Amino acid sequence: MSAALKPEAATPLMRLRDVHVTFQTRDRTVHAVNGVDMDLAQGEVLCILGESGSGKSVTLRALMRLLPKFAKVSGSVEVAGRDVMAMSERELSRYRGGDVSMIFQEPMTAMDPVFTIGRQIAEAVQRHEGVSRSAADARALELLELVQIPSAKRRLAAYPHELSGGLRQRAMIAVALACKPKLLLADEPTTALDATVQIQVLLLLRELQQKLGMGVIFVTHDLGVAGEIADRVAVMYAGKVVEEGPVAGFMSGPAHPYPRGLLNSTVHGNMRGKKLTTIPGAPPSLATKPMNCSFAPRCALAEQACLDAIPPMVELGGDRRGRCIKLG
Amino acid sequence: MAAVAPPGHPPASFRCRPSGRYPAAMDTHLDRGGPAQPLLTLEGLQKHFPIKGGLLGRTVATVRAVDGVTFTVEKGETLGIVGESGCGKSTTARLLMRLMPPDTGSMIFDGEAVGEGNAGGIALRDYRRQVQMVFQDSYASLNPRLPIEDSIAFAPKVHGVSDTEARTRARDLLAAVGLAPQSFARRYPHELSGGQRQRVNIARALALRPRLVILDEPVSALDKSVEAQVLNLLVELKEQFGLTYVFISHDLNVVQFISDRVLVMYLGEVAEIGPVDAIYEKPAHPYTRALLASRPSMDPAMRRTSPPLTGDPPNPVNPPSGCRFRTRCPLAEDICASSKPIMADLGGGHLAACHIANPASGHSKAGATA
Repeated sequence: MSAALKPEAATPLMRLRDVHVTFQTRDRTVHAVNGVDMDLAQGEVLCILGESGSGKSVTLRALMRLLPKFAKVSGSVEVAGRDVMAMSERELSRYRGGDVSMIFQEPMTAMDPVFTIGRQIAEAVQRHEGVSRSAADARALELLELVQIPSAKRRLAAYPHELSGGLRQRAMIAVALACKPKLLLADEPTTALDATVQIQVLLLLRELQQKLGMGVIFVTHDLGVAGEIADRVAVMYAGKVVEEGPVAGFMSGPAHPYPRGLLNSTVHGNMRGKKLTTIPGAPPSLATKPMNCSFAPRCALAEQACLDAIPPMVELGGDRRGRCIKLG
Repeated sequence: MAAVAPPGHPPASFRCRPSGRYPAAMDTHLDRGGPAQPLLTLEGLQKHFPIKGGLLGRTVATVRAVDGVTFTVEKGETLGIVGESGCGKSTTARLLMRLMPPDTGSMIFDGEAVGEGNAGGIALRDYRRQVQMVFQDSYASLNPRLPIEDSIAFAPKVHGVSDTEARTRARDLLAAVGLAPQSFARRYPHELSGGQRQRVNIARALALRPRLVILDEPVSALDKSVEAQVLNLLVELKEQFGLTYVFISHDLNVVQFISDRVLVMYLGEVAEIGPVDAIYEKPAHPYTRALLASRPSMDPAMRRTSPPLTGDPPNPVNPPSGCRFRTRCPLAEDICASSKPIMADLGGGHLAACHIANPASGHSKAGATA
């Protein structure tokens, strides 16, 4: 099945340019995503790192056009050379699940509790590929085996509540992979899992990604998870990408003060008895459109220039970029 | 504009003094048994939950949430409890707080049996004044209709402190947890961020001047940068108020940072307990080893290629016979199914419930790693 998914040089699988998302309700406006540019090569794993409210999940949903009607989305979203923003409902339903599919943090709420796992996978196959029911059922079994669910045949008839958390997450991955997507979006898929199960699911995702040659965008707040799975990392803060680059360089020394603070304040290894470095304060409210560096109020290096304008993205060499006036 | 004053950091002048501020009636939590006597001793603690089913509502199964747990909490230490979901760590926390009575087992608080006020022990009301708890969900554990100052002052008032005194204390505590009282005292929980709300919960737990604070996943719902702030605060408050902590978490890195001793639970039982360095550097139980090896590494050059364990933890309704970890243990032998491992003493307060750690157990690898 990987033959159709051979990487084509130079055409990025996904291209976001100047994407903005604002949620407008009667009593308030939230500027969730404020100008995101992002590229993903074929077969690449990109981790979007950020804290709650940084816009990472909203960016993913914008890619799927899954945002509610009151969300105003602007900018350009291209996946496999097609303009997602211009798609009709009909095209979208082929696109979702067909070209791009998504896995979520809570498989229990993402799956339908009244249908068996097997039926939910087969439904996606029937819908997108127009095959017979028996062919779809056979494909469902194949997929459960692909995601390494033990006694897969028996599990086809299981309802989501009958599975443990780890198996449920594997089943959701099977649903997502049902139609051989070119791009898999993963929204904190291992956050709700236990430590010993999380590592199993991470390793499975990495293995599947390599086997199927998909592009993966993996949203997480956990630096360790990014270290295990990412090729490239993009850090978001207040709806903007503040740093982007290959994972190894990033982990050994982030350039932007925010990810630097994040890395320092993450407890790891033996830090007993030491005072943890913290980032003072809290992320900004997103009620107004940012007009300057959103991190400046928490930044030890902030100066007047940070508050005058939005800092540009600075090329740092080695495919790394950072959005800080102190860089470059 | 060089530096913006970071909200959430207390000016030094706002720190509470450890004692001498509160009325005599509230300052009676004196050390009774001396520093060597454990603050809390638990012996054979057990809590099973029946599952009712069928037409007659009979008990069809039992969740063995906590099944014979024995440990002590020493004065002034931080005891970390780690384990996966369903291992009984939160039930243990609720038993410690006596939010539910244990089925069997004894709890001794500084030499006095808990809940036996008439028989020479300590009454629950007095016990709960000395033991307080902080929960994971900072929003659910605050009354949404009370300004936070009133939430903090509530417990002291219940325990007989005057209204003005309780309010003063609430404001002092707000300052101690890094929330300037003049701007925060009258706010409602929904007006605060998650980190700020958790600070309020910590302040509320301290309002009765407890000796023991049970922290049940206190930082799990917080973002990393905020988590570090709250952890620093907890370390600071412990010293300032002379507290003892029981810190429950699934995050091994956080537990390593904050604990003096660590207890590893698996399916309602103690798998291993010992000083933090012994547990992290020389883990004796295969489960502890697997748990430690499951931590994602931040270094992409050190990526794992195979998972340390397969499968999920079994259901505590029908735990495996003998050693409960044997179904996932790479070293399991027949003996592990037929007999329950005893707590083997590895010296220095390090105990592990594994046949391999006990040279006399009959396991083929017994004694090899001990």
